Amino acid sequence: MTRRAAYEAQQKRRANMIAGVSTMIVLALVIVLVPLAPGWEAVRASFFNGEVFVRVFPDLLRAFMLDVAIFAWSVPMIFALGLAIALARGNANPALFPLRIFGAVYVDLFRGIPVVLLVYLVGFGIPGLGLPRPWNSPYIWGTVALVLTYSAYVAEVLRSGIESIHASQRNAAICLGLSERDTMRYVILPQAIRRVVPANMNMLVALQKDVALLSFIGPVEILRQAGIFKSLLANFTPYVAAAVIFLCVTVPATRYADYLLNKDRDARS
Amino acid sequence: MPDPRLSLRGVTKSFDDVQVLRGIDMDIAPGEMVCLIGASGSGKSTLLRCMNGLEPVDDGEVLLDGVDIAEPGFDLGPIRQRIGIVFQSFNLFPHMTAYDNVALAPRRVLGEEARERIEALFARFGLADHMRKYPDQLSGGQQQRVAVIRALAMRPQTMLLDEITSALDPELVGEVLDVLRRLRDDGMTMVLATHEMSFAREVADRVVFMDQGVVAEEGTPERIFSDPQRARTQQFLRSVAR
Ligand SMILES: Nc1ncnc2c1ncn2[C@@H]1O[C@H](COP(=O)(O)OP(=O)(O)O)[C@@H](O)[C@H]1O
Ligand SMILES: [Mg+2]
Repeated sequence: MTRRAAYEAQQKRRANMIAGVSTMIVLALVIVLVPLAPGWEAVRASFFNGEVFVRVFPDLLRAFMLDVAIFAWSVPMIFALGLAIALARGNANPALFPLRIFGAVYVDLFRGIPVVLLVYLVGFGIPGLGLPRPWNSPYIWGTVALVLTYSAYVAEVLRSGIESIHASQRNAAICLGLSERDTMRYVILPQAIRRVVPANMNMLVALQKDVALLSFIGPVEILRQAGIFKSLLANFTPYVAAAVIFLCVTVPATRYADYLLNKDRDARS
Repeated sequence: MPDPRLSLRGVTKSFDDVQVLRGIDMDIAPGEMVCLIGASGSGKSTLLRCMNGLEPVDDGEVLLDGVDIAEPGFDLGPIRQRIGIVFQSFNLFPHMTAYDNVALAPRRVLGEEARERIEALFARFGLADHMRKYPDQLSGGQQQRVAVIRALAMRPQTMLLDEITSALDPELVGEVLDVLRRLRDDGMTMVLATHEMSFAREVADRVVFMDQGVVAEEGTPERIFSDPQRARTQQFLRSVAR
């Protein structure tokens, strides 16, 4: 081992030890102090009841599959629409100017409204028109609300990706005789999409969480199911169990997005 | 003299009120190799980019085989196949293999797969073993040769080359210059902006010295390098000789 490596190894051991000790102290404080709070027994009984947890967990997991399903069918629509809006906003053809305006208004509008509000407006408003089955389904209109919001975000992310591709790439393609369309399709977009994968991963994590908002308009997905259990058992533990299920999905996904982001940054530096 | 392949007549070009090209006249004969020399900022790149319509000119004519391609509104699409251009910074598409970089435009524009022709080009320029690699797996010299092959795959009659060795480590310059020697032997019409004075002297049919947006002096390499007439030319050649 070189002198330098030995020194760095020693520094690292020291840092690890300090981090370990300070973590232990904080943990110990939490474990000792929290139970001393006057309401702790009541909170533990209504939020961290092991029996209730075990009892509701399988049903919540089953309900969560509905969240996953709504997520799964929303994602392709979100990306297709997001891409269409991004391209509409980027086109320079004067004949298609209305499309550009439409894209800009769309993005401003649906990024500007809180998701939950849109879920209410679309999810209650449109079936309220008295549409025949199945067009009055809250699944359809809840999904529409999510797709409207998230496609607006994805459109902006894609557009920033497209604009981040250096003009020299476009020039090289145009000079080879490629049309504007082929240049976008074969040269710009593939690079732009790759570049915004991490940002879109974070978007997907947010979407997975926001699917739970559909519980407000009917579908018995995990949040709604937890609410039913709460009323049934007069206990809040089902909500904690639901949170645990969400974390099992969102934490690895967020970590993966961070990993991609770091890899991308390393590759570019 | 045969009809020129490319003629410029009174070409001017400004960027934000700064006139970068101030009336350029030039004739390039078929098969001729013209080297553009001049200080950085003298307008060489801009001139090359005006020759294939990548930059629209403000005024004047750019005649390709007698047709004015600088006319506002002229459809440059078909013209671009006839004039290849290679840039200092290669500008390969990083998400495609070397082969796909070359094959994209023939496939989309000419509608031909051209596999054998492209493989022959790679083989000819010593890159047969590198076709399946991505640009970031190739050295600078190899990348630049791929960029030349990419332009050649469209079967251009004229090649514009903008300081294509300037971004390369010195030991890689030679392999790219060799490519140009072979193109010259093929009779390709070429306009080459370069800082490689000894190469210009060796291969050019004509050397054009640009200074502040005008052609300050032009002539055979022998004349320009051995017996420059203008003070500005003498000064520039002294500055690069150092
Ligand atoms: N796209 C552009 N926008 C503004 N100025 C430019 C642009 N391209 C070139 N110029 C300016 O034009 C002048 C000539 O540049 P260039 O043609 O690149 O010269 P050279 O290739 O001889 O170094 C320079 O002063 C440069 O800053
Ligand atoms: Mg230049």
